[in-house]
Amino acid sequence: MKRLGLIAIIIFGGLLFSITFELPDLGDASSPASTHVSPYYIEHTLEDTSVPNVVTAILADYRGYDTLFETAVIFSAGLACFFLLRIPERKAPKARFYRHLTTGLTLRIEKGGRIPEESKEFERIDSAWVPNDVIINMTCRLVVPFVQLFALYVIAHGHHSPGGGFQGGVIFGAAIILFAISNNLRSTTRRLSEKSSALLGSGGVIIYLGTGLLCILLGAGFLNYSGLSVFPGLDPVSARSYGILIVEIGVGIAVTAVMVWIYYNLASAGTQEEGL
Amino acid sequence: MIWQLDLIILLMVVICGIAAISIRDLLGAAIMFGAYSFMMCLLWSIMGAVDVSFTEASVGAGVSTVFFVAAVFRTTRRTRD
Amino acid sequence: METIGTLIIAKYNYWAVVVLIAIGLYAMIAKKNLVKKIIGMNIFQTAIILFYVSIGAKRGATLPIIEHGHGESTHMVHAADYINPLPHVLMLTAIVVSVATLGVALALAMRIYFHYGTLEEDEIQKKIIGDEPDKIDSSG
Repeated sequence: MKRLGLIAIIIFGGLLFSITFELPDLGDASSPASTHVSPYYIEHTLEDTSVPNVVTAILADYRGYDTLFETAVIFSAGLACFFLLRIPERKAPKARFYRHLTTGLTLRIEKGGRIPEESKEFERIDSAWVPNDVIINMTCRLVVPFVQLFALYVIAHGHHSPGGGFQGGVIFGAAIILFAISNNLRSTTRRLSEKSSALLGSGGVIIYLGTGLLCILLGAGFLNYSGLSVFPGLDPVSARSYGILIVEIGVGIAVTAVMVWIYYNLASAGTQEEGL
Repeated sequence: MIWQLDLIILLMVVICGIAAISIRDLLGAAIMFGAYSFMMCLLWSIMGAVDVSFTEASVGAGVSTVFFVAAVFRTTRRTRD
Repeated sequence: METIGTLIIAKYNYWAVVVLIAIGLYAMIAKKNLVKKIIGMNIFQTAIILFYVSIGAKRGATLPIIEHGHGESTHMVHAADYINPLPHVLMLTAIVVSVATLGVALALAMRIYFHYGTLEEDEIQKKIIGDEPDKIDSSG
């Protein structure tokens, strides 16, 4: 199989290699890809939408359908992970482990016994050995809010600098995942439960879709944000800019929630009891 | 684009890619894949695709490495090739 | 000699794409471990993205963020001064979708591991045949 694969790859690679001589040169400004539709985008973005970052404008406005269904794909991927991995009935684990906070002693309780979660003296730990590392805990706790603030900045400032809903959403999700890695999965699911992450994921897609439908109700086409100019203080150009912002916020919420949701299911193998 | 810098990073990308599929340890392969993604992100930012490289830095080098590590943690590190 | 030099400068990115596609495809065909196959799939995806980004590159152009675009001042924008933004948009969504599909692929691999106890393709095949001994003849 290995040799057969290698032969197939060499033949395939040779074919691709011979094709590269037909492609336009690297950095050629008159290549077909750069002469048809993209000059229109570059030259008219500012007067159409008043958004300097052309990538954001194309992503959310000119090619809004594309992004809408990409968001739907991401949400359905989170749903697929849920259906593949989540174990529906809550089987009680064989033994639970608790750490006594003041002395550091580890307690093993068998046959479904448990200490209440809000106990001040005992803290539940994972059955895989987890060292009580105060430095890592505190450092990550301090870093997480700043990462989240940066994510919000990336979403809000996507009009004028690189960034937007996808990047900001992934960074926000990564901050929550960092918290889950440095502490444990249970304290993360207490703050953002699985149910609310699923609802947020669908809510982001609904914000996007709802913006498009609102445009229809206001008399413009689907996802044509210039219809939003009926609101006071907006002309069609700035209405498109605000429409892009609303859509980016929807994308950011959906991406955040789905990343966290997939992480919950992967790291706990579907039980949502013990994480990485 | 500075083509000398481009060539060096392309070489690093190819080396990281080969290492990621040839290491006989899945955790090491996951970390090498993170390094591969980060090199790719550097390459794209040199080529002027800032949005794409921003996404790749957060997605490829960040979240997908975490997903790989989580999956390897829940299954096994063992691999025969 | 001069022409070979210009040829290399004009095409080296496409050759890197070919090499990366070959690496990814080799991992998907020849490696027996499922996680290695998934890593190969991701290398293949990034190679395709590199191809699109190389197509969008323009020599002597700057980032696709319009200069002095803030405020009221209007001026002519020339398309030749900015890198082609369209491939970037297509690939930006492709990257985020690739991490979502990566999650689904890893979830599938985990289900397979919980059922068969291994991630190696040939061991899984042996276990499938071992589970149903009457299927040996029909499967060949």
